[in-house]
Amino acid sequence: MIIEHIDAQLPGAITDRHDFRGDQTVVVAKGNLLALVDLLHREGFQLLVDITAVDWPDRPETHGVGRFDVVYHWLNLASQERLRVKVPVADGETVPTLTGRFKTADWFEREVFDLFGIRFEGHPNLKRLLTWDDFQGHALRKDFPLDGGDPFCMEGCTAPYNNGERARG
Amino acid sequence: MTMDSIALSRQMLDGDHMIVNFGPSHPTTHGTLRIVLELEGETIIRATPEMGYLHRGVEKLGESLSYQQFIPLTDRLNYCSSIMNNVGYACAVEKLLGIEIPKRAQQIRVLVSELARIADHIVCVGVNAVDIGAFTAFLYLFKQRETVYDLFEMAAGQRLHTSFTRIGGLFRDIPEGFVPLTERFLVECEAAVDECERLLTHNPIWYNRTKGIGAISPEDAVNSGYTGPCLRAAGVPQDLRKAQPYLGYETYDFDIPVGTTGDVFDRYLVRIEEMRQSLRIIRQVLDRLEPGPVIVDDYKVALPPKEKVYTRMESLIHHFKLIMHGIDMPVGEVYSATEAANGELGFYLVSDGGKNPYRIRVRPPCLPIFSSFEEQVKGCLIADAVAVLGAMNIIAGELDR
Repeated sequence: MIIEHIDAQLPGAITDRHDFRGDQTVVVAKGNLLALVDLLHREGFQLLVDITAVDWPDRPETHGVGRFDVVYHWLNLASQERLRVKVPVADGETVPTLTGRFKTADWFEREVFDLFGIRFEGHPNLKRLLTWDDFQGHALRKDFPLDGGDPFCMEGCTAPYNNGERARG
Repeated sequence: MTMDSIALSRQMLDGDHMIVNFGPSHPTTHGTLRIVLELEGETIIRATPEMGYLHRGVEKLGESLSYQQFIPLTDRLNYCSSIMNNVGYACAVEKLLGIEIPKRAQQIRVLVSELARIADHIVCVGVNAVDIGAFTAFLYLFKQRETVYDLFEMAAGQRLHTSFTRIGGLFRDIPEGFVPLTERFLVECEAAVDECERLLTHNPIWYNRTKGIGAISPEDAVNSGYTGPCLRAAGVPQDLRKAQPYLGYETYDFDIPVGTTGDVFDRYLVRIEEMRQSLRIIRQVLDRLEPGPVIVDDYKVALPPKEKVYTRMESLIHHFKLIMHGIDMPVGEVYSATEAANGELGFYLVSDGGKNPYRIRVRPPCLPIFSSFEEQVKGCLIADAVAVLGAMNIIAGELDR
């Protein structure tokens, strides 16, 4: 139902959609994200359940399709309708932050930045959330080694406790 | 966080402010998390939560494990009620597969989930009281928690890391003696909850320490992504068991307790009442528990019984194929949420049709709740921060994943 509303009020914003096992998914370009969020908020989708991302390194970077999908999940508390919004973004591109509208977005966006390296434009405090500041790389990218590579991940580390030396392990 | 952002330099500039590290290994931090408190006297000026001390990379590991192999990792998310994580994850994979599990398996999942909810709330309420200085209620409640873990040990062979579910059902049926012990537990736990209420609810010290602390409006709570008891304490009657029923929850008769102010006291009351409602649900499950299989009869999803593997060719092949090649997964993505003890526990699975999930995302209920910590404790006393932290029921294993 919400998808018809989006179609009516933001014609052409949805570039792709699918419905799998009852989960409604729409894909929008990042330029349309803020307008869509305003619309969703007006329509009662006030609980931003989750923000995450999926890495598709082999996906060709053609126009409007990037390496990552930033995935948002919304819940409408009145009608209990759920909506998944996916925003494709290329490596190095930024996505507009939702922190102005949803406080939830603050830490979720920090987590996505931490684990995928996707920057959120306008975020007030875009720092790593789960790993430490000197951590090299972004752990949930598909090209990040499963064992973490360097056993202590200390390469390039400038923290005072090891004088910039690489840990031996 | 680097050393300079801890504001040591600021402390030098402004001698009135004191920086206090709360954690990472403080007994009231419920796992290893750290909060840098900036104090003026005893009043909190700023609180900067820092997390990640328990980050194991569960989501990364999940991408290299098969769907079945991920189940033990879900135990370690919210380790106070690990069975609920097992159930939530299994439900997500079953949604991806599009299968329905047998009736008895659903009933037993509800049964153990509600037991786990009680155990989780006992930890939250009991430990919250201990943090504030009321030790006695903790002891009365923890006796009941022991019984819950004894029941889990009977059912799954493990007290904490249960790994009780399998994709398509359960690891095994509940053993003989489980139901009588649960019956006894229902009576004893009811009494213990009453006793706890007598100790705390009208206790003036408890009341003064918790009333008005950490209050939040329903709009703010929704905007901050609250779910579970903390959201309901703020006055929003959102419970996935009622709102989006799964595992046949729509057939059980229970109420959703709702608070008014969202403060620590209301969260406590909501949790106490939820324990009673969970006991009600368990009673109904026991009354209607019907014999039958506890795992789907589809050998492309669940392993065939051992005796068949040893005696039948097809079963041996199925067993081999399932172990070596995994379940034949459809390509697609699902988000499945269950009402865990802390709130909405969601699993977002992306499948490319392979043996392992392409992406597995755990949506922890306490991460958005914890992100509002600074707002909640700003201007409070340092002792109130302990009360708020306890009532949020932060479990670091789930927070950091």
